[in-house]
Amino acid sequence: MLRYSLRRLATALPTLLAVITLSFFMMRIAPGGPFDQERALDPVIRANMEAAYHLDLPLWHQYLIYLGNLLRGDLGPSFTMPEFTVAELFAAGLPVSVQLGGWALVLALLIGGGLGIAAALRQNGWIDVAVVAVATAGSTIPTFVVAPVFQLVFGLSLMWLPVGGWQDGAARNMVGPVVCLMLPQLAVVARLMRGSMIEALRAHHIRTARAMGLSGWSVVGRHALRSAMLPVVSYAGPAAAALLTGSVVVETIFSVPGVGRYFVDAALNRDYTVVMGAVVVVAVFTIVFNLIVDLLYAIIDPRVRYA
Amino acid sequence: MHDHISAHSQSLWSKAWTRLKRNRAAMASLTYLVLMVLACSFGPMLAPNSYSELFQSYTRVPASLSAYPRAEQIGPAIEATAARARLDLTGWQLQGDTVVIEVSARRAIDPRAVQYFDRSDLFADTRLQATDDTHATLTAQIERHWFFFGTDATGRDLFARTLIAGRVSLAIGVLAGLVAAVIGVFYGAIAGFAGGRTDQIMMRVVDVLYSLPFIFFVIMLVVFFGRNFLLMFVAVGAVLWLDMARIVRGQTLSLRRQEFVEAAEALGVSPFAILTRHIIPNLLGPVIVFLTLLVPNVIILESFLSYLGFGVQEPMSSWGILIAQGARAMPSANWMLAFPALFLISTLFALNFLGDGLRDALDPKDH
Repeated sequence: MLRYSLRRLATALPTLLAVITLSFFMMRIAPGGPFDQERALDPVIRANMEAAYHLDLPLWHQYLIYLGNLLRGDLGPSFTMPEFTVAELFAAGLPVSVQLGGWALVLALLIGGGLGIAAALRQNGWIDVAVVAVATAGSTIPTFVVAPVFQLVFGLSLMWLPVGGWQDGAARNMVGPVVCLMLPQLAVVARLMRGSMIEALRAHHIRTARAMGLSGWSVVGRHALRSAMLPVVSYAGPAAAALLTGSVVVETIFSVPGVGRYFVDAALNRDYTVVMGAVVVVAVFTIVFNLIVDLLYAIIDPRVRYA
Repeated sequence: MHDHISAHSQSLWSKAWTRLKRNRAAMASLTYLVLMVLACSFGPMLAPNSYSELFQSYTRVPASLSAYPRAEQIGPAIEATAARARLDLTGWQLQGDTVVIEVSARRAIDPRAVQYFDRSDLFADTRLQATDDTHATLTAQIERHWFFFGTDATGRDLFARTLIAGRVSLAIGVLAGLVAAVIGVFYGAIAGFAGGRTDQIMMRVVDVLYSLPFIFFVIMLVVFFGRNFLLMFVAVGAVLWLDMARIVRGQTLSLRRQEFVEAAEALGVSPFAILTRHIIPNLLGPVIVFLTLLVPNVIILESFLSYLGFGVQEPMSSWGILIAQGARAMPSANWMLAFPALFLISTLFALNFLGDGLRDALDPKDH
């Protein structure tokens, strides 16, 4: 298992390198630069600034410098927020995004999974119809509709929760963002769980278990759930990577200081280092969570063996 | 041989159609979608107002089935217009659709004062009858305007805008979906059919593109090509073909091992002919099902990008843009969010139900 994990990480490195290379050159070839402002800078100042950030060197040289710094864990300084390094920005923002995304993920898996199982056990019953309706609604209503409506209802009308803000992670401030992040994921998880559970309940070993007189709970919980979980687990990997690295919509609407908004803001301002930092963070999360999914597969499904 | 194949495939499709017709949710969704497409295609021409006309007297008026102006709006509008024309209002009364306004002024009344009234969105065909130099009677027709969905912050008719936005959203959804499908099908089919090293390299490329953060990718495309309508198709299509390529590759791998493909190979049919004649037609079922699920995804994606400000440009609109504007006007003007959101969500719902119905109809495994 350990050897398999190491080998998987080793094969993931070329992918990571390709992602970094591609984004680096795409970003740099794009027109515009971080020092383009409405009022043109004095050419001498501009040349000095570009020299300070190595922007005057040929592109391949800059690329090598960036890779070298990255290997040493240095993500560089931010162009648009010169008082911070990229590492500092992410150190401040990532915990916020991870907290919100983590809660959203856990709740989506538990509630969505529960709803999916309940729907599968009473296929075509009223619970099933309700769950399918909720799942369809959750996956079709965009977050940028849910979030302002949530603010309006719970923030402005009922005054139960703050409309936005973070306040160092107060529970009241987290409810809105977590709910809005959770709903679409919950919908997908419920759908996947329902589908795979219906299939799992038809399997031969489940029929055998039933015939041998096992109780309904034990059949579902110990035998059917195991195989029904697999599609949910493989969905949860990329979903976790996406959730934990923040959402631009939710973070903007609820004014939460996470890292999701860095992508859009930094790419538009050509804040090269921040964009690259975000790319690296998302790619690393994606690779790590795909690996976790593979390992979970081996634990859940005894047929999967890693040499 | 040829006849036999087409007769067989026809019966497959007609069987699927029969199965689909029995699914009431799917048929209702299909009807709804046809109506929505018709409404968005022809509605903007039939709507009482143009989608780009600004009604400055009617900014942010609520949705209403009855015509504007409301009775209580006429008085303040006359007062404001008279003040703008530097006339003193001495009295006014409403006679049916005509309003008679008595005005006076310290200096001689300029007959061009009627233009102030005509320019307002409430009055038309204003006439001036001077009683003497400083007193006059104005008669103006009340202009009726219908705003079924209300108006936005600049006084544009939201009904016409929601329909024209639907045209953009649906067109992007369908066309970008097709772009993604065509790229994905060919890429996946070639990778799966070629197999070996070619397959590995091609799928590794997909893996790399998959790990690229998706918003970043789209923003880069927008940065490169500027904000334009055509770009949205390409950007969205170029991002969403990856899933399609993976699905098609998997299907192709299993089709390749089937006897009829081996038979064709043994008979010396060229690889290209096998691909177009045997592989791709057999992929159509899963591809159509995936496409109906892809179209709502494209529409969500387009509205998300529009929400972030990367969409089509004013005065054109899409549901995402309208929703973004509505969300910003939220507590005071909730019709601005409600109607575009309702159109978007109901369309997505219908596409989802249709997709589920098609999957059941085309998937012979369950029957």
